[in-house]
Amino acid sequence: MTSPPSGEVIAKPAPGGFGRVLDHRVLLSIAVLAVLPWLLPSKALAVNVLIYGVVVMGYNLLFGYTGLLSFGQAAFFGAGAYFTGIAIGRYGVPWFAAVAIAVGLSTCLAAVIGVISTRTRGIYFSMVTLALAQLVYYVALQAASFTGGENGLRGFTVDRISLFGLQVNFLDPVNKYYVLMVLAALAMWFQSRILNSPFGAVIEAIRENEQRARACGYDVERSKLVVFMLSGAISSLGGCMLALHLSIVPLDILHYQTSGMIVMMVLLGGARSFFGPFVGAASFLILEDVISLWTPHWQIFVGAIFVLFVLFLPKGIWGTLLDVIGIGKARP
Amino acid sequence: MSGELLRAEGIGKRFGGFVALEGISVSFAAGQLTSIIGPNGAGKSTFFNILSGALTPTSGKLHFRGHELNGLPQHRFVHQGISRSYQITNIFPDLSVHENVRVAAQALTVSYDIWRNRARLTELHARADAALDAVGLLGKRNELAKFLSHGQQRALEIAIALVSEPELLLLDEPTAGMGPEETKDMVALLERLAEKRTVLLVEHKMKMVLGLSKRVVVLHHGRLLADGAPDEIRSNPEVRRVYLGQSEGYG
Repeated sequence: MTSPPSGEVIAKPAPGGFGRVLDHRVLLSIAVLAVLPWLLPSKALAVNVLIYGVVVMGYNLLFGYTGLLSFGQAAFFGAGAYFTGIAIGRYGVPWFAAVAIAVGLSTCLAAVIGVISTRTRGIYFSMVTLALAQLVYYVALQAASFTGGENGLRGFTVDRISLFGLQVNFLDPVNKYYVLMVLAALAMWFQSRILNSPFGAVIEAIRENEQRARACGYDVERSKLVVFMLSGAISSLGGCMLALHLSIVPLDILHYQTSGMIVMMVLLGGARSFFGPFVGAASFLILEDVISLWTPHWQIFVGAIFVLFVLFLPKGIWGTLLDVIGIGKARP
Repeated sequence: MSGELLRAEGIGKRFGGFVALEGISVSFAAGQLTSIIGPNGAGKSTFFNILSGALTPTSGKLHFRGHELNGLPQHRFVHQGISRSYQITNIFPDLSVHENVRVAAQALTVSYDIWRNRARLTELHARADAALDAVGLLGKRNELAKFLSHGQQRALEIAIALVSEPELLLLDEPTAGMGPEETKDMVALLERLAEKRTVLLVEHKMKMVLGLSKRVVVLHHGRLLADGAPDEIRSNPEVRRVYLGQSEGYG
């Protein structure tokens, strides 16, 4: 990086060259996602990349940008999916309203879990989030009349979607992909706004030095709670997308293995990068697809690759790539 | 001498059975540089942590501009007008030098706004650059803070504390770990700062303290040992015995 000559006061940091590309990160990300179904071997895989990409992106706000390692993000992914399914199947709510309600209720759940967990630090935070998320799992398992228990939630198929008076056949994989992509695009736009906002600066300051952030005058505990809720809200939208996509909600979505997978995806793709979560989700799902064709023990190989990443590419695929072409440092 | 800014009344702090501070009553007037000195373990840092809100005293009261500070959470102290730097460099290492200071300036105005673009809050950028200019770091504004030299990081530390325009600036050993050249620069910076605002300094380097301060407060074993102008402190036999003797010798 070059510094301007001493004495020159510039109000706005001006990233030159490649740095400017990042000013349009939302549009660029949407452009890549728009062609994704034609790049990947199957449309189903592309939809999964989209869904997990949104979930992991929400998690990245908490883990990558604020530095809070939660092992319970599956709770919000699952909550989004279950609330959407229940709203549509049990109460006949239109799909779009169901998504809005589900995100709202999941954010409330995040507020409850956040109030308890953000009071703790480090490994205790991780353990409390893990425990509370498992609590949500057992509630879903026991409340079978609402959630379908072990069998998962069924009976809320969304086959047609009306968009501005236009009837769209939602069973067609291409239509489905692009409708869900609109939701993903909304989430990306929201996340980008958060990262560019004054609050985005606060969470990065907390990640860098909590004590100093407090001494600067920030209410660290309250800021952590706010970011925990925002993160839960975005991840829950991924859950809504999953429910619309599958027309069932498997109970496994709430299990801690899902939380672990979210952590792996963000580390594979690159924490603290905007598009990294999508890269991470895609790499993980492609690895799973390819290796599981060849051996049922695919998890051994994915695990080994994961360890190699943590050891040698701590910034993940996307973060490392941005560093190599020299635009990683310019912006969050 | 203008009015009283900060008054401590009978401040005490215990950690379990250990008494770190006992019965410290002292008041600081606005607009002068006061140093707090004392041998290791005298309670200087504990006292500083209490003045900046990081620790709550077990007894006694703090008054700032007539308001009582007891019970306020630490993050509210800056909003009252008390800002501090740390003995061990305490910055945001992976943020740019400019952002280190900008985010500190932002704390007084916006915290939870998730909607506006912070690049457009131009007043904060200008204030950050002004604070960087005041400590001589403007030329480094776009570098990551972790790549600065130790002396520059100490200066950045002060810029972070300074940007909130505090009425009372608490500096905890700003020259810790510095060589003679860097110390000279820092002393010049402290002299400039003291012209405009109230500064409280914890420092080990005796010559520097006696040359720089209008008033010196000496702590020893958690108690107030002496309080006065540098010349009085220099000739105070108690102080010579416990402290000055170590660095300047008797006689």
